[in-house]
Amino acid sequence: MNENTRENLKLVVTGHVDHGKSTVIGRLLYDTDALPQGTIDRVREISKETGQPFEFAFLLDAFEEERKQGITLDTTRLQFSTAKRDYLIIDAPGHKEFLKNMISGAADAEAAFLVVDAKSGVEEQTKRHAHMLSLLGIDRVGVLVNKMDLVGYDRAVFFAIQKELTSFLLNLDLVSGPFVPLSALLGENILKPSELMPWYSGPTLIGTLDSLEKITRPQAVRFPIQDVYKFDDRRIIAGRLESGSLKVGDKLLISPGGKKTTIVSFAAWLKKDELTLAHAGQSLGIIVEDEFFNKRGELITAIDGSPKVTDNFKASIFWLGRAPLLKGKKYKLKLATFSSEASIEKIYGLIQSENLAPVAGAAEVSFNEVAEVLIRSKTPLALDLFSEHKVTGRFVLMDGYEVAGGGIVTGITEGAMLLSGFVDGEIRARSEVFEEYVYSLERMLVTKKPGKCFLYHLGDSVPLEGESYNYPDSFDIVVFRDQVAIKIRSGVVSAITRLCDYLYEGFPMVNGRGFALKADSDAKWLELRQALIVPGSLDETELATKYLDFNTYRKISFG
Amino acid sequence: MNHLDELEATSIYILREAFRNLGRLGLLWSIGKDSTVLLWLAKKAFFGHCPFPFIHVDTSYKIPEMIVYRDKVAKELGLELIVHRNEEALAAGMGPQGGRLVCCKALKTDALAEMTHKYGFDGLIVGVRRDEEGSRSKERIFSERNQSDEWDYTNQAPELWGQFKTDFPAGHHIRVHPLLEWNELDIWRYIERENMPIIDLYFSKDGERYRSLGCLPCTRKVRSNASNVSEIVEELSKTNISERAGRAQDQEDAYAMQKLRRDGYM
Repeated sequence: MNENTRENLKLVVTGHVDHGKSTVIGRLLYDTDALPQGTIDRVREISKETGQPFEFAFLLDAFEEERKQGITLDTTRLQFSTAKRDYLIIDAPGHKEFLKNMISGAADAEAAFLVVDAKSGVEEQTKRHAHMLSLLGIDRVGVLVNKMDLVGYDRAVFFAIQKELTSFLLNLDLVSGPFVPLSALLGENILKPSELMPWYSGPTLIGTLDSLEKITRPQAVRFPIQDVYKFDDRRIIAGRLESGSLKVGDKLLISPGGKKTTIVSFAAWLKKDELTLAHAGQSLGIIVEDEFFNKRGELITAIDGSPKVTDNFKASIFWLGRAPLLKGKKYKLKLATFSSEASIEKIYGLIQSENLAPVAGAAEVSFNEVAEVLIRSKTPLALDLFSEHKVTGRFVLMDGYEVAGGGIVTGITEGAMLLSGFVDGEIRARSEVFEEYVYSLERMLVTKKPGKCFLYHLGDSVPLEGESYNYPDSFDIVVFRDQVAIKIRSGVVSAITRLCDYLYEGFPMVNGRGFALKADSDAKWLELRQALIVPGSLDETELATKYLDFNTYRKISFG
Repeated sequence: MNHLDELEATSIYILREAFRNLGRLGLLWSIGKDSTVLLWLAKKAFFGHCPFPFIHVDTSYKIPEMIVYRDKVAKELGLELIVHRNEEALAAGMGPQGGRLVCCKALKTDALAEMTHKYGFDGLIVGVRRDEEGSRSKERIFSERNQSDEWDYTNQAPELWGQFKTDFPAGHHIRVHPLLEWNELDIWRYIERENMPIIDLYFSKDGERYRSLGCLPCTRKVRSNASNVSEIVEELSKTNISERAGRAQDQEDAYAMQKLRRDGYM
């Protein structure tokens, strides 16, 4: 087979400290002749020089501190091949203190081995690592029961561990691959079946490795804008196509703004790299038809299969920061190429890796803890559920200069797709009351002038007068689509209530778009409300003609 | 996408992240194969442009052909080239005769630090690879250096999902490693596939060639008959002699590179 078309797989080796992760990898590399000549000799020399016995782990544990203390501090990766495919094997530290290094190593793996010491059995980090793997979206896991030599190759020990872990992995939605008993130190069940464990008829370590399936990418187009270049007369949108494919002539949707355009061409430095069709994984330069103002953080997709647009979402997070995560504190959210200030609005509960049980009522999330939270971003963004699109469904949180946590999007709440509007806790209403309406002479269309999205909270002042509108000092806004009413008194948001709790006080009323509602008495308001609430009583045009007046507070300016 | 396509796409992504997120950025170009591949990738990432300077830390002991080649390519490609030497140490007679690690520290580590602060770089793109040696195998793609250019390898920032370390205090800088996941054979296969120009010191003459380029007194040739890129690819797919076997500073003591790199060596 051609060297360049062989399949490759990134695999991370995880598990509790001292259960033998680095030894497993060292043994694999040694037995398959994947090491350059001299490496083994050099490690032997170092062992002699420092008076330590030779260990396979030293092949990976390159730092002096790692060899002296006999533990892996930081992650590394090594290449190695079987007849089936090429591997990038990632060694991850098992010590609790170095969970952040384990995550750094594991984050982009496609499959994992979980190593368990037969003698000590399942321990704290065994479960924590399994939990992390599920949060990182690595759901193909093979379990290696190592150090079988220390328990006399006893089948009972092996099956007890298999029983204990199988249900735990199932609860995490991890597809557990085979369980393999082995001794990495003595080379039992690595390349060929061990004669010391005739009771085991499953695959060897190598066999298990080759049996882990590669995960396929989703089909829908996801192209986060990385940058926009104008080095010469071309305006090039740069980024990596994370999934799907794109070709010249394809129509694109750019979220969160919602602009649409078409691909004119793909830019390339060399003639041989010029494309008409681009595939997932490629770093591209796209030239589009419309010269919109595009920027980093926006997400390009196909017109259908669009992402969610929101400023808040539910997430599972793991916290790596020295200082605990606090509700209400400002962090920086980075999701694909998007970044914004954000805060944690709610901590639903901490999840204990021990038994995966949620603990409610936590005020903060400490180092190495996992929690379910509600995150609110200062600016709206395009994203996906992690279960549907990994790249646009995962994020990190920065606390100052520190990468303090990571997480995955688990829920996008109803009514959360808010660009501009009013918010009071759970009550949210979309609104274009304070946006400018312009008539484009060129396109002969009335549109909203693109501007900053703005969310108003209780007590915020609102801009009563704009280029294309002028409202009274005090008035009510009724947003029927979200069933919310807002009271503006002397230019300030004084109430945001559900429509069912709203009482008419005789002030002028507008709908969510700033059109006057023809209601100037209790009776009129009740009639209007009835008509709007009962669907199908009047069609939309009739409704609008009967109850809405555009010209009272608004006009259209040219743009 | 094959393996080389994936490596190329990821490296381009990294270069673009560095350009976008780090203020003053430069690329350390050692004239060798790895940083010359970086140059090629930068051209691809920025569509024929190179929006940052190329830096050569010149010990004055480099193999002379490297300097000739450097100046030729820089002129042909119109690169903004910064050449920096630790003039003070050179004036005081620094050289390998005084001890290899002392010399490496003065003419490479210290010269690099001097250059970094003289030009106020926030980011330096470096062509190191994990498979070269142990301490590099533990690197991050965006790896922070403090105000004294030191690498705190015992406390590296988490790096996940392509979210790199781009926030750091003033005076610190980031070493960007776009080739970290490439190995030596990947580099040569890529040079072959791209039909890229490369310095001919790598090609066998009289049964010997350089496998890794460095300073003349401290770099040994290896026995080889590989006289062009495809012969090198062929040779490397069979050998199991390590790439840096001819680099004397690596062999000085068991943790020589770890110590050099902790203090700021590339």
